[in-house]
Amino acid sequence: MTGVLALTLIFADVRFNQMAATRATLSNAAYPFYWLVDLPARLSSWSSQILVTRSTLLEENAHLRSESQLLQGKMLQMAALRAENLRLRALLNSSALVQDDVLVAELIGVTPDPARHQVVLNKGTDDGVFVGQPLLDADGLMGQVIEAGNASSRVLLITDATHALPVQVNRNGVRAIAEGVGRLDVVELRHVASTTDIEVGDLLVTSGLGRRFPVGYPVATVIEVTRDPGQPFAVVKARPNAALNRSRHVLLVFKQSVAD
Amino acid sequence: MSQPGANAVWVIGVTFGVAFLLAIFPLPQWLAVARPDWVALVLIYWVVALPQRVGIFIAFLVGILLDVLEGAALGQNALAFALVAFLALILYQRLRVFNLGQQAAVVLMLLSLNQLLGQWVQNLTSSGADTLLFLMPALVGALLWPLVLVLLRSVRRHYRVS
Repeated sequence: MTGVLALTLIFADVRFNQMAATRATLSNAAYPFYWLVDLPARLSSWSSQILVTRSTLLEENAHLRSESQLLQGKMLQMAALRAENLRLRALLNSSALVQDDVLVAELIGVTPDPARHQVVLNKGTDDGVFVGQPLLDADGLMGQVIEAGNASSRVLLITDATHALPVQVNRNGVRAIAEGVGRLDVVELRHVASTTDIEVGDLLVTSGLGRRFPVGYPVATVIEVTRDPGQPFAVVKARPNAALNRSRHVLLVFKQSVAD
Repeated sequence: MSQPGANAVWVIGVTFGVAFLLAIFPLPQWLAVARPDWVALVLIYWVVALPQRVGIFIAFLVGILLDVLEGAALGQNALAFALVAFLALILYQRLRVFNLGQQAAVVLMLLSLNQLLGQWVQNLTSSGADTLLFLMPALVGALLWPLVLVLLRSVRRHYRVS
């Protein structure tokens, strides 16, 4: 009896994707467990914030101030460039790129199964999180939300063996599909012709073609290109820019307008 | 809390709760491969100790919750746990008279079946393992069985769970 029930559930979930709402509801029951397990990590980071000497704080403050000044200087130029970009886009009759809105979230759990690359965040539908929402850290794209509960959500990382996303080479706009292979430090580009202009060190950014990820976020850097004349396609490996196994503070992106 | 004659069923829930916490506790990658299936171990213990309380249906519910925690296909652990509980229900009278080594051997078999069923379901989504390393949690679990048994038995006796 129970076996048949379980099998039905498995097929409804895996083959027909019918259990999304149920999973979202049940994930609320899972949230307290993740919250509890994350407690020691939060306590230690809290205590390391409280128990700091004055000189360290002053030093850090000075450092942050100089960095902020540096970034502000860069932003000045950025404003002019953005205005120019908008004007040029207007000349080309294409829609304007609007800056994306972000929500800062914190990672509270990692899936225990080493074969799955998923993480749990402390923001859910109460904060406006939705299924399919892109996730970034400071360095690049991390993944997308696959399950949103009220107060927590589950994210599939770009290196999971079941994940693929459309990218383009930043240098020349060559498009490709980046697929996870189940290793945290590698994504592979599928079906890249051997004659394609792609080199080690090229930056891959989201192309926005899948209509899921916004355009232009860095995804990975090419680390290996193997062109074997016996093979129909070149083997291209890239290392994700985001610190997938380290980042704790992450950004959820809200797209404000359709950018084409 | 341990007044005589009390059948403190809540203790069973607490032990499962602790097992869930251990099951999702973050471990480094090399250690996570060998993370024993704590929830299955606790489940086997309670089925063997109190077969009239914990059976296939409880196993199913526990499995569903673990599926949600792990982000596995809904029903993956539920199916495996239901089978493990079923076999444990058949075997519990023999298990009780076995010595620790024999018990660990039977537990190894049950846990391996659990892992194998999980792999079958994972292969449906093509995220299954390609080596026999996926049996590692079962092996570690079986080695830990004596510890789990002694610990849970003392808990059961202390709170007089029946």
